[in-house]
Amino acid sequence: MSGDQILAIEPGCHLSVGDCGFPAPGSEIFFFDEIAKFTLGSTEFAVTKPMILLWIAAIVVIAFFVKVFRKAKVVPGKSQTLGEYGYFFVRDGIARDTIGKEGDRFVPLLFTFFFFVWVLNLMGIIPFAQFPVTSKFAIPVAFAAIVYLAWVPLGIKRQGLGPFFKGMTMPRDVPKLMYVLLIPIEILSNFIVRPFTHSVRLFANMFAGHMLLATFSIAAWYLWPADLISDFDALSVTGLVGSLASTVVVIALTGFEMGIQILQAYVFTLLAAVYLNDSVNAH
Amino acid sequence: MSLLAEVTGSIGSVGYGLAAIGPGIGVGIIFGQGVQAIARQPEAYGVIRQNMILGFALTEALALIGFVAPFVFGAS
Repeated sequence: MSGDQILAIEPGCHLSVGDCGFPAPGSEIFFFDEIAKFTLGSTEFAVTKPMILLWIAAIVVIAFFVKVFRKAKVVPGKSQTLGEYGYFFVRDGIARDTIGKEGDRFVPLLFTFFFFVWVLNLMGIIPFAQFPVTSKFAIPVAFAAIVYLAWVPLGIKRQGLGPFFKGMTMPRDVPKLMYVLLIPIEILSNFIVRPFTHSVRLFANMFAGHMLLATFSIAAWYLWPADLISDFDALSVTGLVGSLASTVVVIALTGFEMGIQILQAYVFTLLAAVYLNDSVNAH
Repeated sequence: MSLLAEVTGSIGSVGYGLAAIGPGIGVGIIFGQGVQAIARQPEAYGVIRQNMILGFALTEALALIGFVAPFVFGAS
C-alpha cells in the first residue's frame, strides 16, 4: 500500500465522528506503487515516486550548476554568486579544513555529494513531492559505498597496502599487549561499522523526519472535529484544539526539517572528507 | 513455563526510549563543551563548530538506529 493510499483510508474518520482509532503511520508510507515499468536488457525496472524524484533532483542539481557556471563572469551575477558561495563553502569549509592542502582534488566529489544529498533531502518538504528520497535505504547505501570504494583503494595506493592497514588498525603509542584487544575493534569500527553508520545516519534522520511529519499531519486530520457545529461537545472542542496544535507542530517541524536536511547533507559530506583524509594523510 | 510478567503493545517505543538515553546525554555534553570552548576561544569558532557537528552526528547515530529498529524488526 502506498503512502498516498494510507492517508485516504476512511476519509470520514475523525476522533468525534465514527471513531475508527488513530491510523498511526508505519513503515508502509515508505513504499510506493509502481507508476510505470520498463525493461532494460533482461531486467525489469518499476518506476516509483522516489525514482522520479531522484531523477528530478539530479536534473535540478546539474541544470542549476551548468546554468550558473557555464558562462562564468568575472563580476558574478546573482545566481553565480549563489553558486560560488556553495562552492566556497564545500571547498573551504569541508575539503580544505578537513583534508588540508590536497583537499582541492576532492572538491568535485564532495561538492556533488553535498548538493545532491541536500536536494534529495529537500524533496521531503517540497509540496507534492513530500518524500525525502534519502529515506529509501538503498540510496544512502549507494552513496556510502561510493565513498568506501574511494577511500580504501586510495589509501592503499597512497600509503601502500601494509602501512595503510597498519595505520588504520594499530593506533600508535599503545602498549603492545593492548593490540590483542585493539586490532579487532579497529578493524570492526573502521572497515565494517564505518560505512554502515555513514549510510544509516543519513537514512535514519530522513526516515525519522518524514515519519514525524506524517504522524502530526495525520493527527491534525484525525482530530479535526467535522461535526463541531451540529454536535458541539467536549470531544469536538478537544479535537479542535488538538487539530490546530498539530497543524502548528507540522509547520514548526517543517522548518526544523529544513535545518536537519542541510545539516545531514553537511554531515554526510564532512564524514566523506574525514574518511578520505585518513587515506590521504597517514597518521 | 509460567509467565511472571509480560509487556504487550509497542515494545519498540520502549526500546527507542532506552536507546535515546545514552545519545541524549552524549549530545548534551558535546554541545555544552562546544559552547564552552567557543566562549573560551571565539577565534577558533570554525574548527570547534565543525568538530562539534561531527561529534554530534556520530553520537546521534545510536539514537537513530534505535528509532529505526522497531520498524525493521517489528513488522514481522
